[in-house]
Amino acid sequence: MTGFAYLAASVLFILALKGLSSPVSARKGNMFGIAGMVIAILTALSDPSVVSFSMILVGMLIGGSIGTVVAIRIQMTALPQLVAAFHSLVGLAAVFVAAAAFYNPEAYAIGTPGDIHTASIIEMSLGLVIGAITFSGSLIAFAKLQGLMSGNPITFKMQHPFNALIAGLIVLTMLMLISGQTPTLFWTLAAFSLLIGFLLIIPIGGADMPVVVSMLNSYSGWAACGIGFTLSNPALIITGALVGSSGAILSYIMCKGMNRSIINVLLGGFGGETGGAASADASGGKSAKSGAAADAAFLMKNANKVIIIPGYGMAVAQAQHALREMADVLKAEGVEIAYAIHPVAGRMPGHMNVLLAEANVPYDEVFELDEINHEFSSADVAFVIGANDTTNPVAKTDPSSPIAGMPILEAGKAGTVLFVKRSLSPGYAGVDNPLFYADNAMMLFGDAKKMTEEIVQALA
Amino acid sequence: MDAETLRDMAAELATQAAALFQSTEKLANASTKLVEVQSQGGGADPFLGLFTIFVLACFVGFYVVWSVTPALHSPLMAVTNAISSVIIVGALLAAGPSELDFSKMMGFIAVTLASVNIFGGFIVTQRMLGMFKKKPKVGA
Repeated sequence: MTGFAYLAASVLFILALKGLSSPVSARKGNMFGIAGMVIAILTALSDPSVVSFSMILVGMLIGGSIGTVVAIRIQMTALPQLVAAFHSLVGLAAVFVAAAAFYNPEAYAIGTPGDIHTASIIEMSLGLVIGAITFSGSLIAFAKLQGLMSGNPITFKMQHPFNALIAGLIVLTMLMLISGQTPTLFWTLAAFSLLIGFLLIIPIGGADMPVVVSMLNSYSGWAACGIGFTLSNPALIITGALVGSSGAILSYIMCKGMNRSIINVLLGGFGGETGGAASADASGGKSAKSGAAADAAFLMKNANKVIIIPGYGMAVAQAQHALREMADVLKAEGVEIAYAIHPVAGRMPGHMNVLLAEANVPYDEVFELDEINHEFSSADVAFVIGANDTTNPVAKTDPSSPIAGMPILEAGKAGTVLFVKRSLSPGYAGVDNPLFYADNAMMLFGDAKKMTEEIVQALA
Repeated sequence: MDAETLRDMAAELATQAAALFQSTEKLANASTKLVEVQSQGGGADPFLGLFTIFVLACFVGFYVVWSVTPALHSPLMAVTNAISSVIIVGALLAAGPSELDFSKMMGFIAVTLASVNIFGGFIVTQRMLGMFKKKPKVGA
């Protein structure tokens, strides 16, 4: 009976993910997910060993209310750090469940304290290690995304050998724990894992966060898997595998969006101070044209087709609502509007899509890179707001550039390119963008939100 | 039948009962051991079963996730986050026993943490999905 209930929960979780293949079916999918969770919890509660409910109830009430309040209040621009924070909680929960199983193995029928079955202690320590890495890694990702610590890569001498040393110590401690199961070894293993999670994420810069967040998503799944094996619970194993592969696929998509290998991202140190002087000749001796809101308004009003390219700068400035207003005015003027989203725009996969959806932009006006790239040549204006590297033609022309081979949105092919940007400074990759200096480009210097609002006023 | 025979027979019966009890105990012990062996995963079979489930689930995940539209990658992260909190199942079993020990405290904390995630994850996913709307019909 228990087995069937867990199976039902797992199937519902699969359906929840399946629902996300289209925005229409997605909400129903989420309901399947909730149903699956309710079944899993009720099944666990009906276990004969669960006899005292007061603490469980208190825990669920405290946790549930915190989760509810946070989820309702959170601003959509803060979504990446929220997801990072949630990942850290899954990791920490995995650590505590592993500890509970270590101190009271009888409850899970995996042996007696100090004499846990070999297979179970291996699975448990894997769950512990991955859980701890997920926890500390996600904390760093959260701090970087929230601006509590600098988004710049933190590197130091001998970083990689040091990390390798810690990794070696983890393997060693794990082997010792398998033979002599003392609490000291258990917590030493936890401490080393926390340390490595911390060390792995600090050298990774802000704009690589989409990869990091996806990767930690994957880890949280594998941690659940490890615990699932320890408890011989198929629902945990299936769910963990689903989440693990989901995060892995997202990481892969993000890396492909930057034409970088996952190893390259993980080794870190990308961007930062080294890149600044890379290509000083991007301007080709020309100076960038700068324009005012009125110029931009005039250009777009007289256009047939405008393609908008949002980037992280739009999220920072919270400019999505002003942007949608601008699009509405233009649409009323008979201008065709489309949005072009680069796979790595923003700080997490799909970040831009959510922000645009929040601002009531219909999702059938929003297109992925492959869908829209051929349309730039027929567009009169490309309106680039808070994006830079994702439009940089250097990716195609200079094989030695850090962004070489990265797929870009071909904004330069549009009649006119408008850049809403604070300055001419290079983007995250530290590479100057020659498109700023192109004959058909115009810079609109200023805060993305303020500039867009000014354009709306000029259009009226 | 005299009292002596009766007493002898009763004594014999008692010995037999004792022997029977002993063998029942042995049987019980043996079956407990059998169950233990089965549940520990020490024997290859239970582990292989779970591992089979794991590998197949990875494949299911692979195909299902590739079918997710890129526009919904953020909700995908949020909802996978929520469902990975199914780890609460392990936490509930740890927090369930009646006596309060270290293991139960660990379970309690894990239940609390996982609950934050379950509620937070599903609600924020629902919020996000609620925002994705189609273009209103032209002329409306």
